[in-house]
This record gives sequence, structure tokens and C-alpha cells, in this order.
Amino acid sequence: MDQFLQQILNGLFLGSIYALIALGYTMVYGVLRFINFAHGDVFMLGAFGGLLLHKALAPMLGGLHWSVTLVVVLLLSMAVCAVFGIGVEFLAYRPLRQRPRLNVLITAIGVSLFIEYTGQHPKVFGATPQSFPAIIPSQNLSGLGSLTVTNTQLIVLVTAIALMVGLRFIVMHTRLGLAMRALSLNPTAAALMGVNNSIIISFTFGLGSALAAAGGILYASLYPSIDPFMGVLPGLKAFVAAVLGGIGNIPGAALGGLIIGVTETLVAGYSQEFGIPSGYRDGVAFVILILILLFKPSGLLGKVEREKV
Amino acid sequence: MNTRTRPIVLLGSLASLLVGLSSCNKKAEGDGNTIVIGEVAAMTGGTATFGTSSHAGTQMAIDEINAAGGVLGKQITLVTEDDQSKQGEAGTVAKKLVSREKVIAMLGEVASGRSLEMAPICQKAGIPMISPASTNPGVTATGDYIFRVCFIDPFQGTVMAKFALSKGWKNVAILTDAKQDYSVGLTKYFKEHFVKNGGTVSGEQSYGSSDKDFKAQLTSLKAGNPEAILASGYYGETSLIAKQARELGITVPLLGGDGWDSPALVEVAGSAIEGCFFSNHYSSEDQSPRIQEFVKKYQAKHNAVPDAMAALGYDSALILCDAIKRAGTTEGKALRDAIAATKDFDGVTGRITLDAQRDANKPAVVLTIKDGKYSYVTTIAP
Repeated sequence: MDQFLQQILNGLFLGSIYALIALGYTMVYGVLRFINFAHGDVFMLGAFGGLLLHKALAPMLGGLHWSVTLVVVLLLSMAVCAVFGIGVEFLAYRPLRQRPRLNVLITAIGVSLFIEYTGQHPKVFGATPQSFPAIIPSQNLSGLGSLTVTNTQLIVLVTAIALMVGLRFIVMHTRLGLAMRALSLNPTAAALMGVNNSIIISFTFGLGSALAAAGGILYASLYPSIDPFMGVLPGLKAFVAAVLGGIGNIPGAALGGLIIGVTETLVAGYSQEFGIPSGYRDGVAFVILILILLFKPSGLLGKVEREKV
Repeated sequence: MNTRTRPIVLLGSLASLLVGLSSCNKKAEGDGNTIVIGEVAAMTGGTATFGTSSHAGTQMAIDEINAAGGVLGKQITLVTEDDQSKQGEAGTVAKKLVSREKVIAMLGEVASGRSLEMAPICQKAGIPMISPASTNPGVTATGDYIFRVCFIDPFQGTVMAKFALSKGWKNVAILTDAKQDYSVGLTKYFKEHFVKNGGTVSGEQSYGSSDKDFKAQLTSLKAGNPEAILASGYYGETSLIAKQARELGITVPLLGGDGWDSPALVEVAGSAIEGCFFSNHYSSEDQSPRIQEFVKKYQAKHNAVPDAMAALGYDSALILCDAIKRAGTTEGKALRDAIAATKDFDGVTGRITLDAQRDANKPAVVLTIKDGKYSYVTTIAP
């Protein structure tokens, strides 16, 4: 039983990061009806941003409590990646906005490959995996019996939830959020009501990229080895999570992320007992994708909630 | 139209600039005064320290030979291709070396999976290939032109099984990298010997290279209360496995093979890898003059203690040049025969004699990690 609970916990921590990335996919889709496949690479840039910022700021932040370092590095890297996301939208996607949607989709794949392979160049990040600094001093939390949870995991979960709540607030209770929702319902009507669509789209990309960056730093804190391709698989799984929850739906993306994380962990943990190698864990997300597309293409929460972004 | 295309033109020109930067590879001059040797190494990617170390060792040997006048009155040029630690890429660059650079012999790879890709290409072209550190038996079984200067996994797996039993551990769990021939082989031979000699395997799990999350597998293994865990994969994943195992409260030592040998292991895993054991080709602590001379020369050049890959790279280049000298020609068949006849060669990693299967029979050392450094434990003979 303890083992099962531990697996569920492992899955929840992993899933919270998938959820964070999935939010970016779902938000951009909600507003633009297009999948930004470069999202997983912004996630990677966020982790490298964290690494470089930590290196650069270490002398200044040396004497301070680690939580200050974490907040500073997290916010700065999110800001840098937000600017980057807005830049990518401006350079690569905006010129294609009036073209068929397939053009933008293929461009997104191109942008993704461009970022990955540029990052692999020795003068950028290099292809060698690099060790991510332990910003959060890891220690096991006590009082859970035989279950083990590190404070890193707990902080990652809390940060992820805080960011998701913050996003929910922005979308539901601010004028920018209102404009985003209006844009997602009907771009032409929104423009007629005085919404500046270009600014809102830039804002959406910025917000999504900032969340991906945060996801990158949190992921790297849990798995401290980062490389330019680290965003590919989490990016794909987060995409599946977004589809699972109902793409365009924010709570759906969060739910989808958690479900993927837990399912994957359970498969890895128990599949060997049925003679299936645990390497199949990566396949699980895609089996789920196929099943969802077959039986409930709108996703779990796709129809229930109306306030799409 | 103009304003619309500008950003794309900008991106495009940036891309071509980067391509330009990376394509300034060194070209070998194939005139009559040089002998061109090819090397395939993982200089970047998941197992980058394997390639950089073995290349540093290989290059050092070639430089020494060239400084002493070369072989057959000619200088040696080493053309190195990076396979980015990628399955599939090793075969591509090996083909390129054979057809474009016209190499007379090939050195590399470290990882068995990638050597297995190169081997058929070299065999077919009639070009002798010496792998410095691929331990999977299948590599040299490819054909009579394929050699190696290290021991093989049936032996290495046995070494760790013997070591575990000698420590009194009867109950060991296993975690294998299912995507690496090396890891799969090591696990297989470990298990065979271990179970035959009274040990039990309490749990078996696998993962795929470049995975980052091992908590699910480790949680399952923990339930079997093992006395040690064999992590037969490479250093990149192993360092994360060690970290996550400690986080889950698994305190028993991890065991591994020569694929652990990299400075990155300790760098990433930190204190989590302390007290773990792995088998290796040599120990830089060994006080024999041959090893200490090599360590000193390497340190002067690279400011780092040479790992086993560096030592094996060094030995592989020396054995090849020695064979060229004995053959008196660089023609494939004669060179192959000369390499096959290598006997009692005094290498850094031990006295090397190539057997009928074109493998080197050498003892293995077991090392442990203590205060962030490797520390010699014992030597286990074949």
C-alpha cells in the first residue's frame, strides 16, 4: 500500500510540471487555434536561463536565503522567456496570421528544431548535459511514515499550483484576461469592441512562455541534468495532457497533466510485473492521446466549461 | 510582401551563419607523406565525456608517435568525427570517414551500441577497426577486422557479481537501460553469474537513455529490500538514479560497470553516489611506473586525471601504430593480421594480448567513490 501511495505521489509531482507546460499549449490554442510546438523548447530555454542567471547572480545573492535566490531566478528567467516568446510570435507567427493554419503549424515545428539545434551549438549551450545547481537545498520531509517526499518536490508542487491559480486569476478577473477570452470567442467581434488583438496575442505568448520557463526551472530542480533536447518529451506529453483535458480549457490542462503524470508513473512502476518493460512509460501518453481522439475528441473538460481562453 | 518576408530572411540568414560556423571541420591531406586514421567519438551529447576523454588519449598517443618520427617514415593524421552520442549517427560518420577521407584504419567508439553500427561498415570495407572501450561481446563478433583493447561484458558482469557475493550481498535489485546494448549485456551476465552462485535478484526494472525520472522504478525496487542495486547504464542516467534513490530513502550501495567512469558522475550526483562501486579498466592510483608516467603526461596536457576511456584511447592508438610498424604497410589485410598478432603489448591498462575472438583479456579493478574521488578497492582477474 505504501508503495502504491509513493507511486501516486511521484506521479503527482511529475504531473504538476506537465500541467504547467500544458497550460501554455492550451492558452495559445484557445486564443489562436494553433499548437505552438516550440513551447517545449521555451521550457528548455527557461531551464538554461535559470542556470545562467544563477551563475551570474550567485555572487550577489550568495548571502541571502535560498528562497530569495529561487524567486529572483524564477522571475527573471520567466521574464526573459516571456520576451523570447513574444519575439518568436512577432518574427515567425505574426507574418503568417492571415495564412492557412497549417502554415503556422509547420513553422512552429521549424522554430522548435531551430531552437533545439541552435542550443546544441558549442557556442550557445552545447549538446553535453549540464548539471543544474541545487537552488533548493534538498532534504527529506519527516513525519510521513515510510513515504518519502523531499522539500524540493513540495516546493515544486506549491509553486506550480500558485502559478496556475495566478493564471486563473489573470484570465478570469483582469481586463487583459477578459480581452483574451473575447478574442478566443470571436477575433473580429473582439476587435470591433476595441480589443487590440495583436497586443493580446503577444501577451498570451508572453504569459505562456513565462509558465513554460517556470516549468523548466522546476523540472530542472527535480531532475538536475539539462540539455537542449530536454524539452522535447515533456513538451509532447504536455501537449497530450492539454488534449486530454480538452484543448483550450485551462483547468482541463491542469487535470490532464496530473493524469498523465500519475498514469505514466504507475505504468513504469508496475508494468514489469506483467512482463512489459518499464520503458513503455513514454508510450502511455500517446496511447491516451489516441484513445481520447477516438472516443472523446473534445477532451475530458472540453464541453463542460464554457469559459475558454 | 517585403515587410512580411523580412523576419524570415533574418532567421534564414542566422541559420546559414550557424551552419557555416559548424562546418569548418579539419580536412585531412591525403598525400603520400601522411597516414590517415579515422576516429569516431561522442564528443557531444549524453555520453560526451566518453568521447572527449578517449579522443584526448588517442590524440596524445598519435602526437607522441609523430614527435618520435611517425611510422614507416610518415606522419599520422587523426581525423575525428563526432557522432553526438546518437544511435544512427555513428554509422553515418563512419561511412563518411571510409569513403571520403579514405582512412586506413578506424578507432572508436566507446559505447557498444554505436560500435556495433561502425563494425559492419569497417568489416565490409576491409578496414581494421579497434574499439577502445566497447565491452559488448557482439562488437568483435561482427567480423575478423574488428578488435578491441578492453575486456568484455561476460567478464565485467561476472566481476561485479563476484564482488557483490564477496561482500555477502545475496539479494540484489537490477536497473537496466533497455536502449543500450552495453547495459542489457552487463545485466544479463551479472544475473547469470550471480544467480548461479547463490544470489537472488529481488527486482528488475528498466528505463530508456535520456530518461530523467526513475522514481517509479526505484520505488518498486525498494519494496524488495535489496542489499545493493546494479545500475548497469551509463553515467548520465546513473547520477540521476543515485540522487533519486537517496531521496526515496534507499541507502544501499549502487553497483555499475565502466560506463560510470566520467567526471560528470560525481559532479551531478554529489554525495548521493558516495560509497557506490563500479568495475573499471584501470585505476589512476595504481603506482606502477607505466601508469604514473601516463597520468603525469596527461595531467600536464589536460589538467585532469585521465579516466579509463582516456587510457584505453591511448592504448588503442599505440596498438594500431605498433601493428602498422610490424606490418610494414597500411594495406588492410596485412594490417589486420598484424593487429591480430598483438601479444604482450605493454599498455597503460595492462598487458594486452588479443585472443582468437580479437578481445583483450585483462583483469578488472573495482573502484568506489569516496569524498568525491575514485578509490581503489580490489582487482579481479579473469
